[in-house]
Amino acid sequence: MKSLSQTALHRQSKVQRLALIGVAIIGFVALASAPLWAGRADLRLLMEALSFLALAQMWNLLAGYTGLISVGQQAYVGLGGYFFFALAMFTAVPVLLAIPLAALAAGLVAIPTAWIAFRLQGAYFAIGTWVIAEVFRLIAAQFPALGGGSGISLPVALVRSIASSRSGIELVMYYMAFFIALASILSVWVLLRSRWGLALTAIRDSEPAAASLGVNIRRVKFMVYVCTAVGTALTGAFIFLQKLRITPEAAFSVTEWSAFVIFIVVIGGLGTIEGPIIGVILFFLLRDLAADLGTWYLIGLGALAIAVMLIDRRGIWGAFKARGFPNLFVTQRTLN
Amino acid sequence: MEWINVIVQGILLGGLYALFAAGLSLMFGVMRFINIAHGDFIVVAAYLLLVMVMTLGLPPVVGIGVVVILMSAVGYLGQRILLNRVLDEDILPPVLVTFGLSIIIQNSLLEAFSADSQRVPSGNFATASLTFNDELAIGVLPLAMFLAAVGVIGVLQFIFFRTALGRLLRATSDDPEIIPLMGANNSHVFAIATALASAVVAVAGTMLAMKTNFDPTIGPSRLLFAFEAVIIGGMGNIWGTLAGGIILGVAQTIGAQIDAGYQILAGHLAFLAVLIVRPMGLFAKAKG
Repeated sequence: MKSLSQTALHRQSKVQRLALIGVAIIGFVALASAPLWAGRADLRLLMEALSFLALAQMWNLLAGYTGLISVGQQAYVGLGGYFFFALAMFTAVPVLLAIPLAALAAGLVAIPTAWIAFRLQGAYFAIGTWVIAEVFRLIAAQFPALGGGSGISLPVALVRSIASSRSGIELVMYYMAFFIALASILSVWVLLRSRWGLALTAIRDSEPAAASLGVNIRRVKFMVYVCTAVGTALTGAFIFLQKLRITPEAAFSVTEWSAFVIFIVVIGGLGTIEGPIIGVILFFLLRDLAADLGTWYLIGLGALAIAVMLIDRRGIWGAFKARGFPNLFVTQRTLN
Repeated sequence: MEWINVIVQGILLGGLYALFAAGLSLMFGVMRFINIAHGDFIVVAAYLLLVMVMTLGLPPVVGIGVVVILMSAVGYLGQRILLNRVLDEDILPPVLVTFGLSIIIQNSLLEAFSADSQRVPSGNFATASLTFNDELAIGVLPLAMFLAAVGVIGVLQFIFFRTALGRLLRATSDDPEIIPLMGANNSHVFAIATALASAVVAVAGTMLAMKTNFDPTIGPSRLLFAFEAVIIGGMGNIWGTLAGGIILGVAQTIGAQIDAGYQILAGHLAFLAVLIVRPMGLFAKAKG
């Protein structure tokens, strides 16, 4: 029998959850209708934010549930971008089809990569993935057809093949960003609610316990590594379609695609779907406020990440959750 | 003959990489923690020497001494004030904190010294060389640095295996939970380890400053070289780390000899090859 205060608490969290769902619906509708109300500059900013959201969801799935801390996910952003440019420029594949194909190609590369990287554990794995990303960067610079070390621009004719007008192209690109971000959230959610998700949450909570209950930890980690590589590469391919230009430095940037993404996830809350969403909103708000500060903004960001680790390493959403705040995306199973 | 020269240069370069690696390996060995900002600390030491020599006008040898003392003190305090608070079973907090430090250091150096490439002049020393014949010449400065690197690694080996402090560090590495029961203070032991590692980092950074040009962004690649030397040599083996550094250095100079663009790539590929063939490194002493 529930006590009175428990019932009150239950009711309060129910109201909070309804409010949360309301906020989420408003956010979804606002983003889905953004081309109607946002200007060109705002749309570009939203596209960038949605791309970072997808990258953050992928990193969060990898680190938050399997404990694989990678500092080398820029490998897949870069590979996605480069495979997309190669497919779009040197084959007859239509531009919009080249993006998912590039992601699959990067996924194929992730299989042998995982085999090598998994020889290292913990912190060694983190740095090992970074070395591998550097190898891809240095190899990418060796292809003169793709601009070598100085990079290459996407031919105008290819961009025009997406839609006939400039606003048409921007509309298509915006909805691609929107669907990539949405797909990243929903696929993580669906995965976590499946049998695999049960294994993943078990691994997150205790690896020895999960192994003793029959979870094949290595296989689960391998699968998640390859899946997040595909998702990261898909986002990477889109990012460089939007940028229209790719260079090895930009494509395989550790600061942009690893440091910022990791800060977003950890500040928002690792191991939750809501955390990366909060992290991205905060990251872009701060960037907007501090755009003129340049290096000082980056120094502040580093300090913020350190502060989160010192004050409450569960991040913003984790701290809320610990105080009884309900989830938006329910992934845990409860006994009633 | 040309190739002998390439290999000799690679070995000399390897001494510097072994120094980069020794500090990283020491901290990991005692605390099971990898400092992502390791390379950036090396660059900080290089800039400190620049200030000592160019701004304060100290002779390089005195400057190196001051930098070593400064860096050790900062290492001790940094460990006690910041890093000890995030050390535990979970590897993410130290990775994230040192990642944050890396970004802070790079951008602070950028703000203070601009993105310009710098170098600390070391006078006649820098250009003098021992000429054996037309094709083989060994620079006095690289040779002195190599010998210093071997010396520093020898001193570390001595401290670890012949002194009471070394015994304490090794015991803490083996079981950090039991050692405090014997009366040791882990916070202090960890901070001593970091101070020692920072002294090695200071020597490595000041040598880097005299050997090549540097700028605020080169830290991360120094971290990767250090890491590769540790893994190639095998964890937990100090002389193995020297061998790892030399193998990495030789791989890089051979790569550079084939094509200037292959220098770094060749080093990375040598590392991956060792990882595939012998994941525990070439000279690993212990498993795990």
